[in-house]
Amino acid sequence: MTLQFNDETFRDDYTYHNSAAAILRFPFPFDRDSYMYSVNMEPHAGGPEGSPFDKRFDVDEHYVSEMRDREITLAEDPLRCQSLPHMELAGWDLLELIMVSKAEDYPELFTLNRDGDRWHWINRPLGIEHRFTFLDPTTLPCGPMEYITRQAQGDFAVLDQREGNLWMDAGMVTSQADWSLDFDIGMNFFEWHAPVPKAHEMGVFQRALKFLLNIRQGSPARRLNWTMTVNPRLDTSPENYHKWGPEKRTVTAENVGRKQFLRVELQTFWRLPRSNALAFPIRCYLISLEDLVTVPKWGRRLHRVLRDLPDELADYKGFAVNRPLIVDYLSQHDDGAPTSPGIFP
Amino acid sequence: MSARMLRVAAVEPLTPLVTRFRFEDPEDRRLPLFSGGAHVVVEMPDADLLRRNAYSLISDPFDGSGYEIAVRREDTGRGGSRFMHTQVSAGDLLRVSEPVNLFALDLRARKHVMIAGGIGITPFLSQLKQLSRLQVPYELHYAARSRAEAAGLRLLNGAAHVHVHISEEGNRMDIGAILSGQPLGTHVYTCGPEGLIAGVEDAAARLGWPQGALHSEAFLSPPPGKPFEVTLARSGTTLTVGPHQSLLEAAEAAGVEIPWSCRGGACGQCESAVLDCHGRIEHNDHWLGEEDRNAQTKIMPCVSRFQGETLIIDR
Repeated sequence: MTLQFNDETFRDDYTYHNSAAAILRFPFPFDRDSYMYSVNMEPHAGGPEGSPFDKRFDVDEHYVSEMRDREITLAEDPLRCQSLPHMELAGWDLLELIMVSKAEDYPELFTLNRDGDRWHWINRPLGIEHRFTFLDPTTLPCGPMEYITRQAQGDFAVLDQREGNLWMDAGMVTSQADWSLDFDIGMNFFEWHAPVPKAHEMGVFQRALKFLLNIRQGSPARRLNWTMTVNPRLDTSPENYHKWGPEKRTVTAENVGRKQFLRVELQTFWRLPRSNALAFPIRCYLISLEDLVTVPKWGRRLHRVLRDLPDELADYKGFAVNRPLIVDYLSQHDDGAPTSPGIFP
Repeated sequence: MSARMLRVAAVEPLTPLVTRFRFEDPEDRRLPLFSGGAHVVVEMPDADLLRRNAYSLISDPFDGSGYEIAVRREDTGRGGSRFMHTQVSAGDLLRVSEPVNLFALDLRARKHVMIAGGIGITPFLSQLKQLSRLQVPYELHYAARSRAEAAGLRLLNGAAHVHVHISEEGNRMDIGAILSGQPLGTHVYTCGPEGLIAGVEDAAARLGWPQGALHSEAFLSPPPGKPFEVTLARSGTTLTVGPHQSLLEAAEAAGVEIPWSCRGGACGQCESAVLDCHGRIEHNDHWLGEEDRNAQTKIMPCVSRFQGETLIIDR
């Protein structure tokens, strides 16, 4: 299947849209009609063909436009990309992981030729061809992590592992659900999760950390996380809250289906070989409610999940103000029929 | 834990006690790279026992052509090292796990000081190669009783910034002298007997080193002991752990899978809840805290043993 890349925007006129095929492959995050935190990890070892779980780093119809949006965000705020000095080796590890994976998984889009440390990288969708020396930063236009994550969808946190903890010591973060790399840089796992309600008391983070510290090379893991976003905006950052926060107040009963999006993060976890760091890509998928309800099971289920969600979770996820409108809209697409287990349509 | 079948490419005695083994892919594929200080777990089919021992990788972490380990023969040990020394020869196939690192370099350090005692030299051999490649300042202090015991001498061949202390020759290591006067931002790593690790910790505390700049790895090997009985509640079996067997190995032999990684009491993967305990758990791990040890409500089956009447664990 040849991928057609959309020409679309994630700001201003918001022309972002999903094709019929993109709707059907959307990573719907709820496997039952209710939601509570869990350490819902599973091996990132493929998935149904064509689904976002199929390849190591999913490339979809939004790739080119997402990379353009990242460029705009970075030009306005270079601190969205930071790497503490000791993380450069991890940056090379990440560059290798992404280049090798993409070249193997999408040979028609990406090519990597390696002759020892002399590498030749071709990225056809973005029109990039570059020869450089692996582990020699002077042969790249920017640091290795920045270089490769300007060519890979989703945010990337690169975590140093030491003292039995993980540390947010590098990252590229331009499509985040209201958290700030510049604020979190240098924090450990418990510090950067401090704002999450309920989960601490449930011991979720202790268990999650133990799991992550033991992630092994060649055995990546994944989980889904979700929130709600008004308008298809990738950059819902605290830094730009003044731009997107007020948009929450523009939702009406008439436009909620078009303006309200379910935002899903496909989070994956990779042990990096040379640095022993942990790469944590956070890939964002957006779908409008009106597109989502074209899959009847998803319409029914999302209605039930959002209707029954504890208030503090709706608060934390930032959509409490529009919850009544959303639930009303979705209730029109819930006939009360039972839903099948699992996330697929 | 994922492992791959590798071919023993070379077996080379370094000293009468220590032998180097090199593993390569049978089809000469590249092996995953690793970070300095990483270890692999080697599976040894020893008659009806399947032994799994962890060994530090001593080869260049950035060289995927093979993995090398150095094994010291422990005649009073449980038999793993004896198996490697007497049963393994070039051309054999053994299963070797993916590299795991529980003793990684702290790459924030401006300088790395490594202190090795005896066979504790092994994790530093790969770290040295990583540090020379990264061009980060380091010094290595290597203590051994005699030159014959100092297997690392052959493997260090001429590396810079290496200080050898042979106690037999009256050249004992002075930990205080090593630690005093190091520049700010130095990290120190110790691998060797418990006494050496404690000695470095004491000296560092006396000299006001920050705790976060100290790293250590004790030898990873489950000690032998008296046989004991344990009941695995969920599996509904009671089994006897032999004198040269760990609880983890006994469970595996009975077909009960317990998750594991280091098999040396350091990583926490195999931690198991104790449901009933009449007797005393011999906690040999470095994982559980003082409180958990005393409460006898948790056990690390990879290294810990038991003496007494009843032990029931949640497995």
